[in-house]
Amino acid sequence: MGAIRLEKVKKSFGTLDVIPGVDLDINDGEFVVFVGPSGCGKSTLLRLIAGLEDVTDGKILIDGTDVANEAPAKRGLSMVFQSYALYPHMTVYNNIAFGLKMAGESKDVIDQKVQSAAKILNLTDYLERRPGALSGGQRQRVAIGRAIVRNPAAFLFDEPLSNLDAALRVNMRLEITGLHQELKTTMIYVTHDQVEAMTMADKIVVLQAGRVEQVGKPMDLYNNPANKFVAGFIGSPKMNFLGGELAAKHNCHEIGIRPEHLTVSTESGVIAATVKIAEHLGAETYLHVEADGLGPMTVRATGEMPLGEHDKIFLTPEQDRIHRFDAHGLALGPS
Amino acid sequence: MSTRASTLTGRIMSAPSIIVLFLWMAVPLGMTIYFSFLRYNLLSPGMEEWIGTLNYEFFLTDPAFFASLANTLLLVGSVLVITVVGGILLGLMLDQPIFGRGILRLLVIAPFFIMPTVNALVWKNLLMDPVSGMFAWLASLLGLPAIDWFTNVPLTSIIIMVSWQWLPFAVLILLTALQSLDRDQKEAAQMDGAGPVAIFFYITLPHLSRAITVVVLIETIFLLTVFAEIFVTTGGGPGLATTNIAFLVYTQALLQYDVGGASAGGIVAVILANIVAIFLIRLIGKNLDK
Repeated sequence: MGAIRLEKVKKSFGTLDVIPGVDLDINDGEFVVFVGPSGCGKSTLLRLIAGLEDVTDGKILIDGTDVANEAPAKRGLSMVFQSYALYPHMTVYNNIAFGLKMAGESKDVIDQKVQSAAKILNLTDYLERRPGALSGGQRQRVAIGRAIVRNPAAFLFDEPLSNLDAALRVNMRLEITGLHQELKTTMIYVTHDQVEAMTMADKIVVLQAGRVEQVGKPMDLYNNPANKFVAGFIGSPKMNFLGGELAAKHNCHEIGIRPEHLTVSTESGVIAATVKIAEHLGAETYLHVEADGLGPMTVRATGEMPLGEHDKIFLTPEQDRIHRFDAHGLALGPS
Repeated sequence: MSTRASTLTGRIMSAPSIIVLFLWMAVPLGMTIYFSFLRYNLLSPGMEEWIGTLNYEFFLTDPAFFASLANTLLLVGSVLVITVVGGILLGLMLDQPIFGRGILRLLVIAPFFIMPTVNALVWKNLLMDPVSGMFAWLASLLGLPAIDWFTNVPLTSIIIMVSWQWLPFAVLILLTALQSLDRDQKEAAQMDGAGPVAIFFYITLPHLSRAITVVVLIETIFLLTVFAEIFVTTGGGPGLATTNIAFLVYTQALLQYDVGGASAGGIVAVILANIVAIFLIRLIGKNLDK
């Protein structure tokens, strides 16, 4: 079981409120991703849940019990660190076994649990090695193995993939998702990468400056962002924000349109623009354009597109995909 | 150094310094070895003659040699234990965010900058003096008789003084090592349910092993040749109680004017130091390979 509930959780360092007060419900078995730009307090929030930082105020309930003043080990959570934090002088086996040893488990129980964790994570052949002799992906797996054996109420991941190269990252992403499907344990995952958030999460929590901007399923955030910040943060390339006359036509301060919701034409359209840079990826083409009177925009067109620098094009937004925002950046809903 | 030409240039450029360093070491060593086979006493100049290994026989069969060998080992061993254990404890303390940490660190490092002779004088006259020393005063406050340190526990006194001198070095090295310990590792251990004691023995101490090796090796080199502290305070006495090998060689050469015998003693000391070094490197040097 691993239902976690945060009630008015607050964290201050001196006079600086890093987290002014967060309420959040995480259901048992859910894969929740905290996402936000660096310095938004997502790691701090995770560390508060883990117990590595003391809360200034508020409650952290795990399965109904307030653990805000409990020691980290007593909370029944496991954490995978960004730096892996493996014990360099211990073998892989001892790294994984350490938590069980501290819990006073018998040798047989430890051995059986370590072996089964090693099997799940393909580490059986490496148990006698030290972390220094492993590759990045293997170290990552050891760190996960160390978390698994303790049979925690929830896993906490603190940007676990940011030290891996791009190809490995995609692999580990799938492995962690697979692990979640297999174990069905609650997972809280911190990342600044919205792609990881979109692909892995059951529920995304978007944070900015310690405040929860929006909570929801990935596609909900994509289709109905609550404000300009979420709209800009979720989705890649970033949403285009346009003000001026075009926005006034939609009765709002600013409109947002995603690069993939713009149709490109060389003959006619709503917005005239000049191509600055065209990135041809084969399956799709990213056009970085300068729209007349509106400034820079990004367009994502499917397939190949024979366009280059200085080409004149016309863009037409899909009408029902236009997001409207008021002067405070809050979403207004469809017009 | 990738090409043959650059390798050659490198060798030519570094040759002068290597040659100078080699001569710097080889000439005195060679002269010492040569003298050690001579009857060479400054009281009878011009009478030098080759006497083979006689100097060595005299030196090695001298009861003073075994006494001073035991003293040397006792001194080195005790100081190592005190400085390493004390260094770890002080290092742990100074690694905590305590009030006035900067000043405290400075104070802890200070003894290392005091020259050994001054160190010995401070301890001899201000602290350990049985009449006017601070320890005697403290003892009198408690109604205890004053200890005459250099008469009753001479070697212990030397060990205390030398430890005080070398503790800062150990603290300095060990504190740096402590500061390089990844915070994540401690936190991971915390999540794994390890308490402060378990974290110390399973995480901190293994992390320090290399630094401890460095401290032990470097201190050993210097502690084998402790001289000033003994010269200033006890003069090797009472009897031979505080005479170590270095001091014994000094008495041979400069109190008995026996250059030959002293040279033999010096060579014996060099050999002993090498034995200790081989021993140490076998024992703990593998820590450095990791």
